Amino acid sequence: MGRGPVSAPDFDHPDVVIHPHGPMLVRGASSVQDADGTVHRVERAVVALCRCDKSSRLPWCDGTHKVIPRR
Amino acid sequence: MPKPRGRLSEWIPGLLVGQPRGSAPAADSWDDEALSLWTLQELSYRGFEDASDHAEWDPRALVVRYELEVALEARLRARWADHEPRAAVPVPADLPAALEALVAADDGPSLADHVRRRADLDQVLELLRQRSVYQLKEADPTTWVVPRLPTRAKAALMELQFDEYGNGNPNRLHAHLFARGMEAVGLRPEYGAYVDDALPETLELNTTLSMFGLHRRLRGAAMGHLAAFEMSSSIPARKIVQGLGRLGLDGAMVGYYDEHVEADAIHEQVAAHAICGTLAEDEPDQAAEILFGAFTCLDLEARVARTLLDAWGVDR
Repeated sequence: MGRGPVSAPDFDHPDVVIHPHGPMLVRGASSVQDADGTVHRVERAVVALCRCDKSSRLPWCDGTHKVIPRR
Repeated sequence: MPKPRGRLSEWIPGLLVGQPRGSAPAADSWDDEALSLWTLQELSYRGFEDASDHAEWDPRALVVRYELEVALEARLRARWADHEPRAAVPVPADLPAALEALVAADDGPSLADHVRRRADLDQVLELLRQRSVYQLKEADPTTWVVPRLPTRAKAALMELQFDEYGNGNPNRLHAHLFARGMEAVGLRPEYGAYVDDALPETLELNTTLSMFGLHRRLRGAAMGHLAAFEMSSSIPARKIVQGLGRLGLDGAMVGYYDEHVEADAIHEQVAAHAICGTLAEDEPDQAAEILFGAFTCLDLEARVARTLLDAWGVDR
């Protein structure tokens, strides 16, 4: 035994996490309104929202940010 | 049980009903070895109707399984050393970026590109049969790792796996979506249906996943594999959706790949940062293992792709 931390810390666990050069992860949302005003129902615990605006699945991330040049 | 491919895989069925004939013979080919290990590992998943339920922990089976896994791991590590003789071990904070760089540098041939642009129906069905060996138990090998992780990585892996398992809805469970897709394109949806058609490369990809999942010592490699898999999935999934559409296939198989465009764009972030990143922070000796696992994922996928594209006479 003896593996793991000696204390039991309170971990950071934000609901919204912005990933560098990547999407915004949102936990626990039940609906999301996109830039056109359309409201999308959320059926998963976590969603990735597009930040590069080039996704073919807006408002969701589809990984396209990886193939566009970084600013 | 699958059709034998050599001396060892011919010997295994006797062992699995509790009546082995003599001691295990040496495998006489890579194919024989791969199928034998796959069969033994399968005892830890759904097993076989005609195998004894006691076979999984039969010491005679464990000895053979252990030896085959030692040989497999040595082969995988040699490939990694060959690819990156002096792999730099990143500090934990840089691990997600190191994973990203490894995936971005992958120059393996793309089956998804071929499916999108030129594959014919027979080729797509062949690919789906190969994929089905894993996809019909999608996410299962990774679930073995949960109890072996420190707190943050464990919670994050559960968050990812919960999505793989349909967020609690059996109709959304990814392996089930794939089974529905198989049915929709006229293929058999039942677990293990196409193992007899599996290339040795396909079997090796599967035995590696199971080995990574079932050995606590290899937890870092398992999580690196997961990250690389998720990080190289959403864009190819979109290409496969386009290819299926080009061939006039619609319905459930398109739904399966469509789901993966969105899901894997989420999972890759969770896997790289919340799982691998925190694992490396909590257990710094796992950083190198994470990269080994990530490379292995990309390398095994590339081997399957090369073999299929060569068999189809496709220039790559």
